[in-house]
Amino acid sequence: MSTHVVGQNLRKVDGVKLVTGGAAFTDDIHLPGLLYGKILPSPHAHARIVRIDASRARALAGVHAVLTYKDVPRVPHTTAGQAWPEPSPYDTYLLDSKVRFVGDRVAAVAAETRAIAEKALGLIEVEYDVLPAVLDMEQAMAAGAPVIHDEPDSTGIHDRQRNIAGYILREIGNVEEGFRACDLVIEREFRTGRQQHCPLEPHISIAWLDADARLAIRTSTQVPYHARRQCAMILQIPVSRIHVVKPRIGGGFGGKQEMLLEDIAGALALATGRPVKIEYTREEEFYMARTRHPQILRMKMGAKRDGTIVASQLTVLATTGAYGSHSTTVQGNTGSKVLPMYRAGHMRFECHVVYTNTPVAGAFRGYGCPQGFFAQESVVDELAHELKMDPLEFRRRNAIRLGDIDRLSAQLGEGREGLPRVIRSCGLYQCLDRGAAAIGWAGKRQARPRRGRLKRGVGVACTMQGSGIAGIDWASAFLKMNEDGSFYLQAGASDVGGGADTVLAQIAAETLGVTLDKIVITSGDTDITPFDVGAYASSTTIISGGAVRKAAEKVRAQVLEVAARMLDAAPESLTGCANAVSAPGGKSVTMTDIAMQAMYKDKLQIMDGASHYNTDSPPPFSVTFAEVEVDTETGQVRVVHLVSAVDPGTAINPMQAEGQVEGAVAQGLGYALTEELLLDELGRPRNASFLDYKMFTAKDMPKVTTILAETDEPLGPYGAKSISEVPINGPAPAIANAIYHAVGIRIRKLPIRPEDVLRALRGAGC
Amino acid sequence: MKKLTIRLTVNAESKEWSIAPGDLLLDVLRREGYFGVKRGCEKGECGACTVLVDGKPIDSCLMFAAQADGREVLTIEGLAHGGALDPLQEAFLDHGAVQCGYCTPGMILNAKALLEKNPNPSEREVRETLTGNFCRCTGYVKPVEAVLAAAKAYRRAR
Repeated sequence: MSTHVVGQNLRKVDGVKLVTGGAAFTDDIHLPGLLYGKILPSPHAHARIVRIDASRARALAGVHAVLTYKDVPRVPHTTAGQAWPEPSPYDTYLLDSKVRFVGDRVAAVAAETRAIAEKALGLIEVEYDVLPAVLDMEQAMAAGAPVIHDEPDSTGIHDRQRNIAGYILREIGNVEEGFRACDLVIEREFRTGRQQHCPLEPHISIAWLDADARLAIRTSTQVPYHARRQCAMILQIPVSRIHVVKPRIGGGFGGKQEMLLEDIAGALALATGRPVKIEYTREEEFYMARTRHPQILRMKMGAKRDGTIVASQLTVLATTGAYGSHSTTVQGNTGSKVLPMYRAGHMRFECHVVYTNTPVAGAFRGYGCPQGFFAQESVVDELAHELKMDPLEFRRRNAIRLGDIDRLSAQLGEGREGLPRVIRSCGLYQCLDRGAAAIGWAGKRQARPRRGRLKRGVGVACTMQGSGIAGIDWASAFLKMNEDGSFYLQAGASDVGGGADTVLAQIAAETLGVTLDKIVITSGDTDITPFDVGAYASSTTIISGGAVRKAAEKVRAQVLEVAARMLDAAPESLTGCANAVSAPGGKSVTMTDIAMQAMYKDKLQIMDGASHYNTDSPPPFSVTFAEVEVDTETGQVRVVHLVSAVDPGTAINPMQAEGQVEGAVAQGLGYALTEELLLDELGRPRNASFLDYKMFTAKDMPKVTTILAETDEPLGPYGAKSISEVPINGPAPAIANAIYHAVGIRIRKLPIRPEDVLRALRGAGC
Repeated sequence: MKKLTIRLTVNAESKEWSIAPGDLLLDVLRREGYFGVKRGCEKGECGACTVLVDGKPIDSCLMFAAQADGREVLTIEGLAHGGALDPLQEAFLDHGAVQCGYCTPGMILNAKALLEKNPNPSEREVRETLTGNFCRCTGYVKPVEAVLAAAKAYRRAR
C-alpha cells in the first residue's frame, strides 16, 4: 500500500510547545485561590489508628481542610485504572482507620501554601496501635502471619486470612507427562527487584469546582475515563458531575494507570470549595506511588535430546504490596505472555500474589513480562548449553511462529478467561537474524576468551507482549471537518508522552488523504473526547488507532460524496491525496472547496465517529542481544553494546517507534543492573531519591542499536501492532546470558549487583 | 513575612519582583509564568529545572531567587527569536528527541551552554553534559544525536 503520512518520520504534533516551554503540563496553570494539598504518610508499616485529632491542624491559620477517615465516605475500591468491572480486589479506601505500609494515607490537608500544609501535617495528633508487619513475601502466607486486609467490607480478595490477593492456576496438556518424556529437565529459581517508574513528572492532580459547580480534575493520568468513573464512585457524585482533563503528561510507564491523587484532590476541593493542587515530591513518588511487582519465580523446562522443548512450567510467588492493584492481571501476564514464546505441548502456570506491608506494586511497562522472561530466557539458555546447541539455533527451533495458535492466552485473560491468540504476523525470525548480525553473534560466540581481568560475552533473549487486551480494551474517536479543509480529531486516547497524538493524527491524515498539518487533535478529555480505556497494555496504536481509522473512513466517505457532486463523478471513481480530490478526467477540488460547499451550500457538517476493539491481541516480538564486559576483580558488569530488534507490525512513525525502543532499553538496563527500591527492617524506604536510586544516565548508556523488523499485522491500522512495552523484557535476560558466556556464572537475581557477581565468581573458583 | 525586591533580566526583559528571602528561583520563575522550568526532584539531581544564569546552567531548585538579583536568567521560553526556533529546538524535533518533553527544556538549555562554549563537542562531551539531565523516555540516544546535529548549526552561526 502506498502511504504518504503513515510510515513517515514526522515531527510530533505537540512538539513545538514542548521545546518552547509552553503551558502544557498539569501544573502549568495558575488558578485564583489555589490551595496546596498534602498527605500525611504513615510512619508505620502496619498499624491501627486508635485516636486521630486534627483540631490543632485545623486551627492553624491558612488551613482550609483536614480530612481523616472520619470525614470521608468509606467506599472499597481499587486504584487500578482498569475497565469496569476491574479484576483487581476492592481493598482500598479514600482514607482508613488502618494503615498498611509506610507511606499509606493517614490524613490529608489543604492550606494556603505548601509550607502551611506541611506544618499542619505535623499538628495532626495520631495515636497508633502498631501491629506486627509482614515485609517478606515468603512469610506472608505462613500460619500466624499478620492479616493485612482484615476489614470486612473489601471484596475480590482470594484468601484474606492467608494474605493472598490473587491466585492463578492454568495448564494446557499435562506437564508431568511432558517432563517424563524429556531427556533433559532444568528447574531454577529467580528473584526480581522492586523497580520504580520514576517519571520525571511525579503524580499531580488539581481539582476545583467549575462555574457550573462540576468537579474539574486536571491530572497526570494514563486513564482519564477510569479515573472519572472511580472518583464518582468514591466521592459519591454522578459521573456527569466530573470533568477529567489530561494535559501533556511527563511520563507514565504504567505508574499513572492508577487513580492515585484524583480522589483525594477531589475530596479536598469539595471540602473547601477552592481549587486544590496535590502533587508527590520525588521522595513521595518513590514509596507512595507504585512499583513493579517483586517476584520469586521457579522455572522448569524440559527438552528432548534433539533440542525440542516439550514442557514448561512456571511457578510464581509475587507481592502486590499493601493493596492489590493490578495484582492478578500483572502476574497473569507473567504466565500468559511468557510461556507461549516456545511451542511446548505442555505448559503450566501457577501463581500466588500476596499482600505484604510494603509499597504498593502496580502496572509497569512490561506488566509482568520482564520478570517472566528473565526466568524463562535464562533457563532456555541453560538448556541450550546443556544440549550443546547454539542458543540462537535452540530458540529458532522452538519459538512460536506464523500461524501458531497460543492456547495459554485463551485461559489467561484480564483476570478471567481470555481469547485464543493467533499469530497473524511474526517478525521474530527477522529480529533474530538482523540482531545477530548487528551484535556480531557468530564471531563473538566463537571468540577465544580474553586474558586478564576483563572478560567479554554475548547473550540473547527472545520476548513478546500483546497489543491491547483482547475483547476488553476499546476506544472511540470523532472527526469533523473545518472550513479550511482541516479536520478536528477528538480521541479518547491518552498520550502520556510516547507520541500517541502524533500517531493517531498520522492515521487520520493518511485515511483522509490530507497532510498532517490538516489534523488538529484533542485527546483524553472526558467532556470533549469520546471514551477510551486509556494508555496501557500497548493498546493505543492498535485500538485507539483502529477507532481513528474507522472514523476517518466514514468521514472520508462523506467528503467523497460532496466531492462527487461537485465534480459530477461517481464517489468510487474519485482519488485523492495531499488535501485534494480528483475525478478521472483530472478535474479536482481541494479539501477547502469541499468544506465550504458542504458547510455553506449543503448545510452539512462533515463529521462522524467510531468505536473499535479487537478480539485478539497480536504480539509484537523483540529479540535483545547484549555484549557485556565483566570485571572479574570487582564484579562490575559493563554493557558494551545492546541490540534491540523489534517487530512492531508497521511503524506508523519509525522515529518515534525507535524512541520507544531506546527508552525501554534504558529502563530495562536499570532493571537489570542498578534499579531497586530498598526497604529497611521496618519497611521504610532507604533510597527514595535520584541520588541513591540509580537510573542509567546519558553517560552510563552503552552503544544501543535499534532495529525495526516491520511486518504487516492484519488486525492493526495500516498493519501496526505495538512497541512501547516489549523491548523492556529483553535486557535483563540477555545480560545475564552474556555474563554466563563471559565468565561461566549464572546470576538469577535482579538487579545484578557487582557484589552478587563477585560472590558467584568466587564460588565458582574464578 | 518580610519581602524583598530583586531586579533581574529574564529572557532579555527587565523584571522587578517581590520575593520572600527563602523563595527558590524555581518557584519564583514558575509563579511568574515561566512554566518551562520544570519541577522534577527539588534536590538538584534531575536537571529538569535547569536555567542559564549569566550563561551558566544552574539547577533553579538549588538557587535562592534572591541570588538571581542583578543577573541574567535565560529560560526555555527565551530561546526562540521572533518565531524562529533555536537550532537545538529544531534538532530535538527533527530527531525525535522529545517524548514526554518534561526534561526537554533543561536538556536543551544545558546543551546550549555547552555549544556556546564548544560548538564542536564529541559525543562523549555531549553525554557528559547531558548526564545532569535525567530522562526516563528516550534512553538519551536521540537527544545526543540532536545536540550533535545542532552543533553544526552553531558552528555555521559563528
